[in-house]
Amino acid sequence: MKNVMGIILTGGKNNRLKELSSIRSISAVPVAGKYRAIDFALSSMVNSGITNVGVLTQYSFRSLMDHLGSGKEWDLDRKNDGLFVFPPYLSENDTGWYRGSSDAMFNNITFLKRSNEKYVVIAQGNCIYKVSFDSMLEKHIENKADITIAYREMNNFGEEELSLLGLIKIGDDGKILDLQEKPPHPWTKTGSMGIYIIERELLISLLEESVAHGNYDFVKDIVIRNLGTLNIYGYEYDVYWRSLSTVQMYYRCNMEMLDPEVRRELFIENGKVYTKVKDESPAKYNDEAEVKNSIIGDGCIIEGTVENCVLFRGVTIRKGAVVKDSIIMQGACIEENAILRYAILDKNVVMTQGKSLKGEADWPIIVEKNVRV
Amino acid sequence: MVKKEIVALLLAGGQGSRLGVLTKTIAKPAVLYGGKYRIIDFSLSNCINSGIDTVGVLTQYQPLKLNSHIGIGKPWDMDRINGGVTILSPYLKEEVGEWYKGTANAVFQNIHYVDKISPEYVIILSGDHIYKMDYSQMLDFHKRNNAEATISVIDVPIEEAGRYGIMNASDDGRIYEFEEKPAQPKSTLASMGVYIFNWNTLKQYLIRDNENTLSQYDFGKNIIPMMLEDGRSMWAYKFSGYWRDVGTIQAFWESNMDLISRIPDFNLFDPNWRIYTPNPVAPAHYIGPDGSIKKSIVAEGCMIYGKLKNSVIFPGVIVEKNAVIEDSIIMSGASIGEGAVINQCIVGERAYVGRHVKLGVGEIVPNEHKPNIYNSGITVIGEAAHIPDEAHVGKNVMIDIEVTQEDFCDFKISSGKNVYKGGVCE
Repeated sequence: MKNVMGIILTGGKNNRLKELSSIRSISAVPVAGKYRAIDFALSSMVNSGITNVGVLTQYSFRSLMDHLGSGKEWDLDRKNDGLFVFPPYLSENDTGWYRGSSDAMFNNITFLKRSNEKYVVIAQGNCIYKVSFDSMLEKHIENKADITIAYREMNNFGEEELSLLGLIKIGDDGKILDLQEKPPHPWTKTGSMGIYIIERELLISLLEESVAHGNYDFVKDIVIRNLGTLNIYGYEYDVYWRSLSTVQMYYRCNMEMLDPEVRRELFIENGKVYTKVKDESPAKYNDEAEVKNSIIGDGCIIEGTVENCVLFRGVTIRKGAVVKDSIIMQGACIEENAILRYAILDKNVVMTQGKSLKGEADWPIIVEKNVRV
Repeated sequence: MVKKEIVALLLAGGQGSRLGVLTKTIAKPAVLYGGKYRIIDFSLSNCINSGIDTVGVLTQYQPLKLNSHIGIGKPWDMDRINGGVTILSPYLKEEVGEWYKGTANAVFQNIHYVDKISPEYVIILSGDHIYKMDYSQMLDFHKRNNAEATISVIDVPIEEAGRYGIMNASDDGRIYEFEEKPAQPKSTLASMGVYIFNWNTLKQYLIRDNENTLSQYDFGKNIIPMMLEDGRSMWAYKFSGYWRDVGTIQAFWESNMDLISRIPDFNLFDPNWRIYTPNPVAPAHYIGPDGSIKKSIVAEGCMIYGKLKNSVIFPGVIVEKNAVIEDSIIMSGASIGEGAVINQCIVGERAYVGRHVKLGVGEIVPNEHKPNIYNSGITVIGEAAHIPDEAHVGKNVMIDIEVTQEDFCDFKISSGKNVYKGGVCE
C-alpha cells in the first residue's frame, strides 16, 4: 500500500475509564500484558505497508509520546515519511487545543498537504483489532467511493456498549444510509469500527470547508452531514474488535486475551503486533507458583497463586498471595498472603501483606498508579 | 569527535566444539542462554554498562547467526555515529588472505581498526563467558597501577586450577609469573581471558609475535609470557562474582539451571545492570487452564498447556497438553507435542518433539561416538530436528540438526546413540 498514508486519532476526553485514563490518553492504556492500545491500529497500518503515519494527540499525551518515541519499534523511523506525532500547539490562528477530530487534522493540514499519497486511512487509537487495510481500499476504489467506513456486526456487544458506538444502516448496494453517533437507544448491531478511507485531496477540502463553518468533528460534521451528498460506503470486517470505552469493556477485552482463538487472531496469524520493548529478563516461577489460564509478562517473579489474570511486565506475586480474575500492570507487587479478585491494578501498586480487595465481575475495582494498599 | 579512551575487542570466533550439536551451525558466542539471550550478550552488555561504546567483534567460525544477531548494535545502544559496534571478519589482503591463526593474530590483523580510533587502551574480551563485570573499575585499577597490561583473574578451587591459565602475583597484585594449565599450580588466580593493554605497547608485541613463525599467536601462550619476560608492568585484577565458561554440555546446562534457583547467584533482574539482546516481537506468554509451571523461567511468546519444572524455556515455545518437561532447556520456537515427557534434555531451536515422545529415559551410558561431549546424562536435540510421535530416546543421545521422521530407523533410540541426517542411527 504505497499510495496510502495513515492518521490515528487518539480521542477526546473520556472519564469512563476512570483512574486508568486520568493520567494517560486512552490510546496509551496498557493491554494484554505488554501492549498499549494504539499498538494495534499502528501495527495494522504497518502490516498493511503504510509507512507515513500521523498520530494526533490531545489529552494527557505524555505517556503516549514516550511510548511512540521515534517510531523505531514499528519500523517507522524513516528518512522519508515515518511516524509523526502532533500534539496541540499554540500559534497565531490556533487556540492550543483541538476542538474536535476535524480541528485536530485541520491544525496539522500541512502534514496532509505535503504528503503525496493518494489515500488516507483514518483509525482510532483506542480500539483493539488487527486487520489489513488492503481489501478495504480495493473495495473503496471499486465502489468509486468518496469515503468508506469499516463496520462489523457487534453481536457480542450489550445495549449499553452499543450506545457508545457509531451505529450504521447499510443499503443493499453497500452505501451507508444512516449513521448515528452514540445513540441512546441502539436500534441495530451494525457498528462503525472507526476506520475510514478517503482520498487525501478530498479530505483536505472537506476539512477546510468544515472548519470554516465552525464545525470541528469528523464523524458528525463531515461524515454524517455529507451522507446525502457524498458516496459513502461501508466495508464489513469479520474480525475481533473492541473499543476501550468503559472500564467494563477494558476489563473484558483483557480477559478475552486469555482465549486462544483471540490470541491466535491478534498475535499469531497475518502479521505481528509491534510495541515498545523493554529489556526485561524472562519471567521466573518459583516452587510455590500455581498459575493457570493467565498471561504473564517478562520480568515477573511468581511464587503465589494466579488464575485468569493478565500480568504485565515486572510484576511480583509473593508466597501465599492469591490473585484471580485480575489485571495487574507493570511493576506492581502483591505481597505475602494478599488476596485480589476482579481488580485492575495500575502501574507500581503495592498490595501489602495480607490485604485483600475484591470487585465484581461486571464492576472491577481499580487501584490508581503508585498506590500502596 | 570525542576521542575514545578505550576500545573493546571481542573475540567471538571460537567454535566451542565441546558443545557438540549446539555449535554445529553457529559459533559458541551465538549459543542461546538463559531463556532469551545469546552468550555474547553478556560481554556486549558489560561493555555498554561500563561506558564502552566502541567494540570490534572478531568473528570467524560460522558467523552468520552472530552477524545478524549483532546487526548495527541497536539492542546494546551501540548504533552510534562515533564508535559503535563493528564486525571484523578475516578478509583478503593485497599480498595474502588468511584466517585468524590465534587470538593474538586476530587482533594483529585488525591493528588498522584500532589505530584509526587511536585509543589509549584496549580491552580484549572473549564472547564465551557468562558474567557481569564493570570494566571501568578494571580500567581504573589499570591506570592506578601505571600498568601496561592488566589481566582479570578469578579465584578457582586449587584442584581445578590446573585447567586454567594461572597468574602468580605478589600480594599487591603485580604478576611475576604465568603458567598455562600447570600440573602443580602455585596459585588459584585463573585468567578470565579479559585483558586491558596500553594500545601502543600491545601493538609492538603483536607485530613481534607475528614475525615469530613458531608462535601459536595466542594471548595466553605468547603475548603475556613475552611481556612478562621483558619485565613489563603487569597486574592481576581480582574479580569476584559469577563467572562461567559454559564450554561443555554439562557446564552449559548447569549454568542455565543456576538461574532458576530462588535467589540465583547470577541475577538477571538487576535494573542497574541490564543484559541486552534483540527482543522478540511476541506477546507475553500464556499458560493454559491445565498448565503448571514451577521453578522455571519462561520467555515471551510461549504457550504452555503442559507442565514445567526446573526448566528454562526460550521465546515462542509451545508445550501441548499433558506434556511434562523437567530439568530441561527448550530453545526458541520449539514445539513439544501432547503427552511428551522430557527429562534432562536440551532441545534446539525450532525442534519438534512429537506426541507421547519420551526423551531422556533409561540408564546413563556415555555417547558411543563422542563420549567426551555427551557423558553427563543430558540428551541434546539439534535445531529444527523432528522427533516422530511415540519415539523413545535415551540419555546422552545426540539427535542431529534437521533430522526428519525418515532419519529414524527405529522409534527406540537407546542411551548413548546418535541419529544423523540421512538415516544413520548409531
